[in-house]
Amino acid sequence: MLYSASVTGFSRFTFPDLKTVMAKASPLRSGDLLAGLAAETDEERVAARYILADIPLKRFLSEALVPYESDEVTRLIMDSHDDIAFRAVSSLTVGDFRNWLLSDEATPAALKALAPGLTPEMVAAVSKLMRNQDLIAVAKKCRVVTGFRNTLGLEGHLGVRLQPNHPTDDPAGVAASILDGLMHGAGDAVIGINPATDSPDAMIELLKLIDDVRERLQIPTQSCVLAHVTTAIEAMNRNAPVDLVFQSIAGTQAANDSFGINLALLAEAEQAALSLNRGTVGNDVMYFETGQGAALSADAHEGLDQQTVETRAYAVARAFSPLLVNTVVGFIGPEYLFDGKQITRAGLEDHFCAKLLGVPMGVDVCYTNHAEADQDDMDNLLTLLGVAGTNFVIGVPGADDIMLNYQSTSFHDAMYLRSALNLQPAPEFAAWLRKMEIFDQSGRTRPKLDSSLTQDLLAWSGAA
Amino acid sequence: MSMSDNPDIPRLDPWSRLRVHTSARIGLGRVGDGLPTRQLLEFQMAHARARDSVHMPFDAALLADNIGDLGVPVMTVQSRAANRAEFLQRPDYGRKLAPDSETELEAAANTTVPNAAPDIVFILADGLSARAIHENGADMLRQTLSLLGKDWSVGPVVLAHQARVALGDEIASRLKAKISVVLIGERPGLSSADSLGAYLTFGPKPGCSNAQRNCISNIRPAGFPVRDAAHKLVYLMNAARQNSISGVSLKDNFSPSLAYSGQIIDGS
Repeated sequence: MLYSASVTGFSRFTFPDLKTVMAKASPLRSGDLLAGLAAETDEERVAARYILADIPLKRFLSEALVPYESDEVTRLIMDSHDDIAFRAVSSLTVGDFRNWLLSDEATPAALKALAPGLTPEMVAAVSKLMRNQDLIAVAKKCRVVTGFRNTLGLEGHLGVRLQPNHPTDDPAGVAASILDGLMHGAGDAVIGINPATDSPDAMIELLKLIDDVRERLQIPTQSCVLAHVTTAIEAMNRNAPVDLVFQSIAGTQAANDSFGINLALLAEAEQAALSLNRGTVGNDVMYFETGQGAALSADAHEGLDQQTVETRAYAVARAFSPLLVNTVVGFIGPEYLFDGKQITRAGLEDHFCAKLLGVPMGVDVCYTNHAEADQDDMDNLLTLLGVAGTNFVIGVPGADDIMLNYQSTSFHDAMYLRSALNLQPAPEFAAWLRKMEIFDQSGRTRPKLDSSLTQDLLAWSGAA
Repeated sequence: MSMSDNPDIPRLDPWSRLRVHTSARIGLGRVGDGLPTRQLLEFQMAHARARDSVHMPFDAALLADNIGDLGVPVMTVQSRAANRAEFLQRPDYGRKLAPDSETELEAAANTTVPNAAPDIVFILADGLSARAIHENGADMLRQTLSLLGKDWSVGPVVLAHQARVALGDEIASRLKAKISVVLIGERPGLSSADSLGAYLTFGPKPGCSNAQRNCISNIRPAGFPVRDAAHKLVYLMNAARQNSISGVSLKDNFSPSLAYSGQIIDGS
C-alpha cells in the first residue's frame, strides 16, 4: 500500500509502505542515517508525520511491519493483543491518539486499562508525533508498580540500581562499591553487577557476596548478576541464590537470536526463578535491558527504524512480568545516537513507549567518550526523566563504570534527583535507610557514621 | 589550588581507604547532595583527556620514526572516513579502504620484495584513541617482534588512519598475508584513555566476523602491561598458524594469570 502526503502546499511525498512512513517520521538520529532509513530533508520528515497522523491505529493490526510467519516477536505482539482493552481508542488515528493521550480523559486508570490493547508499533507511531514535553506529560500519568522484596514504581518514588562493577570481579572491590552505594541511599531497585566473566562459577560467587550483606543487614532489596540467561539457569540448577534473572532483549527474532535467546528460553528461566519463591512482597523475577541501535548493530533490524524496533522489545519484556526494565540509552555509541540532543530524545521516547505499554521502565542515563555528550547533558535527561516518573535510574560510584568503560549516573546524581523532585526510595528500603541512620529524620541522605549498624556495614565491606 | 588547603571541608568519606581494592570512584564525600569541587574537576579532567584521545589526530609520521630502527618497511593508508566526525558516525566507512590506499597496497603486494605474501602483517591504527597507539603502539610492536621466531616472514607494517578493526581484513588480504594483527586504540574509558587492543585474524579477508578474531584488550601500563600482552599475542599467533584458525574456536590456554579477557569495545 502506498502512502502519500495529501496536504496542499507541500512538495508531494510518497512512501511505499507503513514502515517507511514510520522511519521517515522519526526525529533525526545517526542510527537511521547509518541504516539508510532517515528522511532526506526536514520537509520530508514532517510530511511523513502528516501521513502518519492520518493512519488509523487499526492499520497496525492488519499490516505487520515484520512478517508474522518469520518472526516470533510479531507473533507475540499479534497473538497477545487484547481487543477489548483496545476498544477505548480503536476508532482513532495516530494523530487523534496523541490528542487523546494528552486529554483529561486519559487518566492513570484509563491508561493502565488500555496498555494490553496497544501494540509497540502504535506506541512508536504516536511517539513520533510527540514533542519531548508530550512524552514527559503522558509518561507521568502511567504508573507501573512491581514487587519482589520491595515495591517499585509507586508515584513519588524513585529507585536506584546499585551497580558495583569491577573489571576482574574482585570481591573486595565489589564490596567497597556496594558499601559506597548503600551509604548514599542507593540499591532499592536492585544491587546488580555486570560480571567481567560470564560463567556460572563467577555468577554464583558474586551472588553469594551480595546475599551475604543482604542477609546480614536485612536489606529489603534484591540482587542480580547480569550474566546470560543460560548462565542463570545453570546457576539455579546448582541451587545458587538467584533473585532476578537478567537478559538483554531486542525487538526482532533475528536480533534475539544474535543474543542467543528466544521466547521459550526466557519462559524457562522465568519459571525456574519463580519456583525459587524468594520474593517477599511480590514475585516479579525478571530484569531486562534494551537500547536503541541493538537490532541494527546485529544487522537484524528488518528494515525498521531504530526507535520502532526498540519499542517491539517492550512487547517481549511485558510478556514476562519483569520487576525491572531499563534502556541503556547512550551506551551504544555515536553511530546510533550522536549527541546529547539525540540521547535525550531517545531516553524520553524509550521511557514513554515502555510505560504506555505497561512496562516498568527505568533508564540508564549514560554516554560514552566518543559521543558528543557530557555530564550537563546527563543532568538534563536525568531531571526530565525524574519529572516523567521513571521507575529507577542507575547508580555507579562517581558516574564512572570501570568495567564497562562508560559514564552512567552516580549515587550523588540520584541523591540530587530525589531531593530536587522530592522523590523517595521504595518504601520498604526507605524504612531500612532510616533504621540504619543513613537517612536523617527528614529523609535526607546524611549517614551517621558512628552508629553500630553503619559500623557493621563498614566492617563487612572491609572484611570482604 | 587553594580549595584543597582547608582540611575541614569537604572531607572524603571514611571508607575512601577502601580504594585500595578498586579504581571505582568511591568515598568521594558530599556537599549537601552534591559532589565536592575537587572531585567534580577530577572527573572533568578525566573526561577531557578521554575526549582529547578520541579527537587527537593520528601522527603516523611520528610513529613511523619510532619504529624506524626495526628494519621493516612501513606504509600508510586511509580508510574511507574523510574526517573524525564521519569516522564516528559511519563505522562502515572505517572498515573500507580509500581508493588510493587500495591501489598502493595492491602495488606493494605485486612487488618482488622478499616480504610478499608474508605470514603476518601488523596494522597499527588510530581506532577510537590515537593516544593509545601513540603511547603504546611502537612498544607493543617492538616487543612482539622480539619474541617472534625466526621462521616468521613479516610483511610491511601498515599505519592506518580513521580505521576500525575490520579495515585490517582489507589491508591484510591485499598483502596476501596469512595472519593479521591489528593494534588499535580502544574506546577510551574515563581512566583508560591510552588503552590499546590487539586483534588477531587467521586468513583475513573482507567479511570476516568478530567471532573469527582473538582479542587482547586493555593493553596499557596501568592495565594489561605491554610485555605480558606481547607474550600472549605471540602465543596466539603461534597457535593460529599451527592450527590454521583464529577466533572462538582457537582455545586460549595461555597462562590465566596473564590473560585479560576483554570484549570488543571499539564498536568495530
